[in-house]
Amino acid sequence: MTQIRTPLAGAIALASALLVSPVAAQTLNLGVTGELASFDTSQVSGGIWESQILMDVYEGLVKKAPDGEVLPGMATSWEVSDDGKTYTFHIREDAAWSDGEPVTAEDFVFGWQHLLAPKNASKYAYMLYPVVNAEAVNTGKKPLDALGVASLDDGRTFQVELTSPTPYFLQLLTHYTAYPAPKHAVEEYGKNWVKLDNIVTNGAFTPEEWVSQSRISVSRNPEYYDADEIALDGVNYYTIEDRNAGVSRFRSGELDIMREYSSSMYGMLQEELPEATHMAPYLGSYYYVFNHREGHPTADPKVREALSLVVRRKVLSEQIMGGTFLPSRSFVPEGVHHYDVQQIPQEGSMDERMARARQLLEEAGYGPDNPLHLRLRYNTNDEHKKIAVALAAMWRPLGVEVEMINSEATVHYQTIAEGDFDIARAGWIADYNDAENFLSLLHSGVGNNYGAYSNAEFDDLTDQAARTLDADEREALLEQAEQTALNDYAVLPLLYYVSRNLVNPAISGWEDNVEDDHPSRWISFDQ
Amino acid sequence: MLSYTLKRLLQAIPTMLIVITISFFLMRIAPGGPFDGERALPPEIEANLMAAYHLDEPLPMQYLRYMGNLLQGDFGPSFKYKDFSVTELIMQGFPVSLEIGGLAILLALLLGLPLGVIAALKRNSTIDYLVMGTALAGIAIPNFVIAPILALVFGVLLAWLPAGGWNGGALPNLVLPVIALSIQQIAYIARMMRASMIEVLGSHYIRTARAKGLAESQVIWRHALRPALLPVTSYLGPAVAGIITGSVVIEQIFGIPGIGRYFVQGALNRDYTLVMGTVVFYGALIVLMNLLVDLIYSALDPQIRHDD
Repeated sequence: MTQIRTPLAGAIALASALLVSPVAAQTLNLGVTGELASFDTSQVSGGIWESQILMDVYEGLVKKAPDGEVLPGMATSWEVSDDGKTYTFHIREDAAWSDGEPVTAEDFVFGWQHLLAPKNASKYAYMLYPVVNAEAVNTGKKPLDALGVASLDDGRTFQVELTSPTPYFLQLLTHYTAYPAPKHAVEEYGKNWVKLDNIVTNGAFTPEEWVSQSRISVSRNPEYYDADEIALDGVNYYTIEDRNAGVSRFRSGELDIMREYSSSMYGMLQEELPEATHMAPYLGSYYYVFNHREGHPTADPKVREALSLVVRRKVLSEQIMGGTFLPSRSFVPEGVHHYDVQQIPQEGSMDERMARARQLLEEAGYGPDNPLHLRLRYNTNDEHKKIAVALAAMWRPLGVEVEMINSEATVHYQTIAEGDFDIARAGWIADYNDAENFLSLLHSGVGNNYGAYSNAEFDDLTDQAARTLDADEREALLEQAEQTALNDYAVLPLLYYVSRNLVNPAISGWEDNVEDDHPSRWISFDQ
Repeated sequence: MLSYTLKRLLQAIPTMLIVITISFFLMRIAPGGPFDGERALPPEIEANLMAAYHLDEPLPMQYLRYMGNLLQGDFGPSFKYKDFSVTELIMQGFPVSLEIGGLAILLALLLGLPLGVIAALKRNSTIDYLVMGTALAGIAIPNFVIAPILALVFGVLLAWLPAGGWNGGALPNLVLPVIALSIQQIAYIARMMRASMIEVLGSHYIRTARAKGLAESQVIWRHALRPALLPVTSYLGPAVAGIITGSVVIEQIFGIPGIGRYFVQGALNRDYTLVMGTVVFYGALIVLMNLLVDLIYSALDPQIRHDD
């Protein structure tokens, strides 16, 4: 839909729309902060903006409600075997691709094999590793058809075998790695199936136009089983990397929704656009990694405890970040399904904690003559810098000297993966709503365990949880694992992320949720 | 003239080869790779990725493969924007950058040249100080300050023009980015034109022309203007190449799908093929623009001939 700027233009547009159809076209103009890497879900790079577009054009076995709850999608129902390792999904009768071809279990088998095929080099293939033989297939040790998935009953039933009960499996299925791929289109067009002339999708919308680095337009998919329930005729996703530019374009009415504004604008927006400015808890953890490798001062638990004791998270949240992050003493963020977060120990008044921290550092061998020198790394960004500077200031009374090193994200993560730091900034946004997604980062030998934290008890508890079918029992194990890590000061949790969106108040069907997922199929404009 | 042009183009080949080779290896020396990010990848997946993009081959082998593809006009696939080849990205973005940049250059010439001439003619007058003062401000204020202010004032507060977006190159969407991009150029050109005009006006042949009793307008139009344009012309060669290949600042602030951002994003993402593509493209453009400037030079100044 074109922009309506003046009353006259609005009247003309409205009149012409009335001539064409009885109801004015409703197109959602949505600003996203990055460019989609590909409509082939095996080639996606992992940006938050990518899942927004992909969840609008594709649909997995399950889908998300406006509040983030899991609803039946391409599958109308499913059964789980007693051992929790076999899932049987019943594909809906009226499931169809945008060219009218039926969506079958074959498309899921094909899509998952496509994702795991080594030649497709999918970055997120590991998401499906809970499936039997997935890892072996992905590493080329077994053929594609060894994957533990099957199409039964002429494609009406999709069966998945898991290596162990995976209680978060349904959550995992909301991720784009679990979407189907149109087997018939890939067979017909090969690699070019993803070109806009050839592509077919099975979601509420289907892609129409892609101006690289500017706009992706999608229109309502008439073949979608719920097409009559969809209020929008289409969605334009505008790539807007500059956060301030996004705010300007929202304020000028060019955008109905802007996904993310910078934290520094929160105060101004709250004042000027109170109804449009949304901020809500988000499943993301902002933390600092302690380097546990030998030879680093942070390998000493006393040093880690001392540093942790004197951090004032409320100051970081409110004074440094203007209320756009929430103070956090846990590694798993609040709001995770079926989980109560644990807290890093921090007792007593600030003076008492300061005294205790001084004593700990002394015991660890640091003092005025031998000050603790820390190499702190963060990836170049204003917000990260502010927090690093604030932390250094909080540690200064202990006589800690902080050497700050910043580098662009690529270099930062490579350097900390190699262990060249004492303490480093990191963050984790949930892939799926489960505590395991966070806690697995602290398991020995895991790639994202940048600090090389290793505790046999912790590993044991999480491994045990992975084998446990009972939800309550599993929760208890995971909570115990988190407390173990926090008692070790494995990492320094600082803040929870929040989601920040600008939403036109005339829009219905938007609900803030902890995963910040907002499928456009629920969105409508109030008349 | 033709043989000169051909000779210059042939000379460009070794230059381009050196540029490509140096960029290729510099890019590989840079720490971090295209698949390093916030999330460490399992080693098996990283191996799949490296194999898919031939990054597991020895570096000389990768270089030969790249050069071989390049000879066939194939820049390779982008590592980041998977649904597009590098050629497609450049071919889709360049016309946009060319349009914005071309209009900005045109505007800069239309305003900058007369302002410079007027300032030179009215040297040390109020007009001169006004023009030069404004020009200095235009140079001093960076476009990442000017652009958001323009968007805020004309897009949000007055709502006369869109605050951003490309909209297929519609006129209202062009105005702000073209202005933002041209302000600095107007300032440069005006200052340069003033300086060279003052120099030319002080030369002997102008005095002779005046002594012959020619009207002042004739002195300026027929005798002073052409030589005074020479420094501006040589500045324009590389400047035009730079401007029509886009500006990352302008593109990001106004949401314009040009190629300027690829220079920065390609490098930050370690998108090797995209970086190489933009380097080759930009290098070729510079060579062409410099050649064009030399040809215009000889047209402006009869003392410069390219007959050999």
